[in-house]
Amino acid sequence: MAHQLLRFAMYKDHPEPRMFNTPDELQDSYDVVIIGGGGHGLAAAYYLAKDHGITNVAVLEKGYIGGGNTGRNTTIVRSNYLTPEGVQFYDRSVRLFQDLSQDFDLNIFYSTRGHYTLAHTEASLNTMRWRAEVNKHYDVDSEVVYPREIQSDVPEMDLECGGEMPVMGALYHAPGAIARHDAVAWGYGKGASLRGAEIHQKTEVTGINAESGRVVGVETNRGTIRTNKVLCAVAGFTPRVTEMAGFSTPIEIRPLQAAVSEPHKPWLDTIIVSGTLHTYINQSSRGELVMGSALDPYELHSTRSSLDFTEGLIDNALDLFPFTSELKVVRQWAGMADITPDFAPIMGKTPLDGFYLDSGWGTWGFKATPISGKTMSELVATDRVPELIHPFRLSRFAENRLMGERAAASVGH
Amino acid sequence: MKLVPCPLNGWRPASEFSYGGPVEEMPDPQQCSDEAWMEYVFSHEGAPGVKQEWWYHIASGTWFVAERDTVADKFIRSYLP
Repeated sequence: MAHQLLRFAMYKDHPEPRMFNTPDELQDSYDVVIIGGGGHGLAAAYYLAKDHGITNVAVLEKGYIGGGNTGRNTTIVRSNYLTPEGVQFYDRSVRLFQDLSQDFDLNIFYSTRGHYTLAHTEASLNTMRWRAEVNKHYDVDSEVVYPREIQSDVPEMDLECGGEMPVMGALYHAPGAIARHDAVAWGYGKGASLRGAEIHQKTEVTGINAESGRVVGVETNRGTIRTNKVLCAVAGFTPRVTEMAGFSTPIEIRPLQAAVSEPHKPWLDTIIVSGTLHTYINQSSRGELVMGSALDPYELHSTRSSLDFTEGLIDNALDLFPFTSELKVVRQWAGMADITPDFAPIMGKTPLDGFYLDSGWGTWGFKATPISGKTMSELVATDRVPELIHPFRLSRFAENRLMGERAAASVGH
Repeated sequence: MKLVPCPLNGWRPASEFSYGGPVEEMPDPQQCSDEAWMEYVFSHEGAPGVKQEWWYHIASGTWFVAERDTVADKFIRSYLP
């Protein structure tokens, strides 16, 4: 062993295959440049190579792989949305997720848990019924359940919520799952890299070059790249990049915060969400409670954490699970989320030819990683908008065809 | 706790306030094009910077304008419109 180590210390080539190559030099031109090395950007690179044979691709990441919102979400995967377009889109994503470990030959720890969205009022129970019917229509497994069933599945929960807002029912979504988010980015990165795509970390895009309404290249902190196709997949930084590209979008940046408790023995095997209490909770495979809440209340381009958030979150979480009052919060963090007026993403073509947008992922982006990569790669390769993402086009705002996904996309409403 | 400067009541906890979005000139809805109206209703200068924003002090019912750096989260000044 020591001999082997010594031998490899003499060579530049690492003895073990790395997760992905890190080429030293940027080339002068690529067929496709993807801005953003998170799950979405890497998934697009992966499917560009795998489905469309396009491998002269550079993924430019200003920080490190999966260090943005891919590594900051609470890892929930589900498809129990409200609009038919949303349900079909996320259902395809859930199905792709289920095969990812096999595809990557890398365990993404995909764990189907079952997902409860609690209703504390008659109005939200009606929304749950509506969602259940839309879901069933598209063959997505969701149903409305009532307190007795919830209590027998989650005996630790106080359904009275301390007496203020008792749980009246829930939308139960059996395919709801969690996955290891870093592994999703690494798996896509590894697969894209093996097929020839280049991943350049610490490479920041500083400008978009256009000529007569067409994109012709990007400026980076490491030089200029010529390309006719740019995919922008930079959740939280979208307005900065679209400003470089010369158009505006309805996206507003808000921080979304999350926290985890210290690890303890397993007791919660489902995912619990309450819109009324602005809380979602699951227990990770390490035993930590992973908890999130509503968006911060105003625009902010920062990943700072706040005590206001933790206080509010824990106050509500203790209504559901009073016995966790002795648990300590060990980490909290924030990610910058692209928020759209209708709580649906913005995907597709833009006013600048050859510049494609994968954005507006707000608080619902991780679960869409596989399907956004799949559909955006098809769009970039063929310049035709796939049927599945046509409803999410940027021009829907001018056409007054908003999606109305708020009741199912976010907890803060 | 985050503090917000109210022109009437001084620095107060952020929980007493509601954010009202960026200050933007409203085009005449009867005269302007659909695109201009869409721009006004939906599109914003999303990139970071020092911005003029509407804020509402709930306790005293006061709407005011604040200038805020949206990267550093620092209020620069606030005034009654």
